Amino acid sequence: MASAISAQGLEKTYGELRAVDGLSFDVEEGTIFAFLGPNGAGKTTTVEILEGLRRATAGEVKVLGLDPWKQADALHHRIGVIPQEFRFFDKTTPREAIEYYATLFDKKADADELLRKVELTEKAESYFDTLSGGQKQKLGLALALVNDPPLLFLDEPTSGLDPHARRAIWEVIKEAKRGGRTVFLTTHYLEEAELLAERVAIINHGKIIAEGSPEEIIREHGTADRLVLEGPPALADHLAKTLGLPVHRENGKVVIEMSDKRDVARALEEADRSGLGWTSVSTARDSLEDVFVRLVGRMEEGVVRSGR
Amino acid sequence: MNARRTYADFKVFSRSYLRNKVALFFTLFFPVLLILLFGEIVTSSNTTVDLTVQNLDGNTNVSAQFLAALNHTGVLSLSFVPPSAGNLSKYMAAHDLTAGLVIPAGFSQAYLQKKVVSLVLYTDPGSPSTTGVVQGAVGGVVNYFNLNASGAHPIVQVTGEDVGSQVYTYLDYLTPGLIGFSILTSPMFSMVNIIAEYKKERIFKQISLTPLTKAEWLTSKILWYFILTFIAAFIIMGVSYGVFNSHVTLTLLALPFLFVGPLLFVALGMIAGAVAKTPESAAVIGNLITFPMMFLAGTFFPVQSFNPSLQAVAHVLPLYYVIDGMNNAMILHNTGQALFDLAVTSVIAVIFFIIAILVFPWREE
Repeated sequence: MASAISAQGLEKTYGELRAVDGLSFDVEEGTIFAFLGPNGAGKTTTVEILEGLRRATAGEVKVLGLDPWKQADALHHRIGVIPQEFRFFDKTTPREAIEYYATLFDKKADADELLRKVELTEKAESYFDTLSGGQKQKLGLALALVNDPPLLFLDEPTSGLDPHARRAIWEVIKEAKRGGRTVFLTTHYLEEAELLAERVAIINHGKIIAEGSPEEIIREHGTADRLVLEGPPALADHLAKTLGLPVHRENGKVVIEMSDKRDVARALEEADRSGLGWTSVSTARDSLEDVFVRLVGRMEEGVVRSGR
Repeated sequence: MNARRTYADFKVFSRSYLRNKVALFFTLFFPVLLILLFGEIVTSSNTTVDLTVQNLDGNTNVSAQFLAALNHTGVLSLSFVPPSAGNLSKYMAAHDLTAGLVIPAGFSQAYLQKKVVSLVLYTDPGSPSTTGVVQGAVGGVVNYFNLNASGAHPIVQVTGEDVGSQVYTYLDYLTPGLIGFSILTSPMFSMVNIIAEYKKERIFKQISLTPLTKAEWLTSKILWYFILTFIAAFIIMGVSYGVFNSHVTLTLLALPFLFVGPLLFVALGMIAGAVAKTPESAAVIGNLITFPMMFLAGTFFPVQSFNPSLQAVAHVLPLYYVIDGMNNAMILHNTGQALFDLAVTSVIAVIFFIIAILVFPWREE
């Protein structure tokens, strides 16, 4: 599949500060790509380079086959963007905003349909400064769709929103993907990335420290899947000796780190055979958030270096 | 430059502006309040000086003519105390009066017999301006009577004509001044605030991701301030004519100032907003530029009334040339000077426009 975005050795420096430090990644057409990182990691700078708002200090970048800085005008006709904390003119209504954007892009936009899509029909005639944070973001999303772009840049689109508003925006993002659009999503919410994105890049200090599907990243950087039993301390000692797997106690429970799916059956058989009695069983695995926290934490300690 | 995009931006901006009651008040109604306020102060202030007259000569023909001549000067408002009131000086002190004239008994007879006769004029040393007016007016009438008595006629005469051979009032000069005030304040305050706020809220980044260009955005703002300036100018002139019977004429030569003026101050406001780091510092920079012009460029007071050093300062303020040009076009009908002012204003406007486009933060390197 062709690349909607291709970046090779992307750099942006401000004096001594290297905000973006040699990023390389590709985003396939028709996929959702999540860009994760702590505050100040270089996410927004990278996004703004891709959008043609900032000039890269070094590196090659193509967005929809265009140079974002030199061919910004052509690019802006083909992308939709929600910047962080979308703001608009205070005394303008969502309907007027959509009509304004439609004229700027020389497109015929169905304002009612776009407002329905982002669940903003009831606020169509309200001034922007009377909208809630979630409603403002929804308007930003509607405006990003006015020019029917093949590529959407969503910079923390659900930041600070209540769960209901977040889910509404997730639905619009999923629908955009179903419609064949590529989505470049930056977010603080790991759960959001895990839920929506096919591929994820974790960035810190301007470098990518992990990249792949959420599954791949968890598998590569997470700890082993765990079987958790509720039982006496002696059970932990017994299983450690008989299974040959790492076993420890955590919050009064026995935790077995598994290396294989078959370890589940073996562990339960040994627990039964021990006669020590156990009352409940559950499994646990790392989430993307666990991996993210661990990777970023280890990078801060100097353990992990750039993956690309 | 795309007309559809420019019009779309104009429409959305003008709608927002019209919905902002504070902005509308300061643009359209504040100058009207100022002209009403200044007009009321000027028209209610007494332009004649009170002179208390004690006529001890009785109802004679000569004293009646003398009093009529005093009245005719137009600068004295006469009031009379009877001879029975006693000493005029004491009467004036008791009634807090500042100027008094005693026409002595036998004044008429002495005048007709061409004998020397003295009028007694009381004035208050604490009111030098009143004293000057009274002495000048009474002295003038006395001279006229002396010439008449001697059968002589004046050789040197002064013909009273005002500038432009019409009678112009302070309000006439205030009208272009307040139009200039409107040309200065509404684009300056608004643009400084908008630029700083849009930068802070990243609205420029948002707009720059659309096909709208920097020049189209700026053009739509200038168009809006043209319209606002025209509306404000017509309201100010309407009040000036309707309420104060001013003698200002909206000549063709005045119209270019209503175009070039807003262009100049929209651009200057953009520069101030663009160089400021925060909305707070933008407000300070805006005030530093606006307030000296508001008071020193001839808005409220004619620059000619300033001392030479302040006049020199006025001549480096762009608003001076806008107001001076409108004064020349609308009041003095001095076409040559108005064209010179228009040329200066246009050159400054073009320079500011180019600088504004260059420093305007649309994208970042």
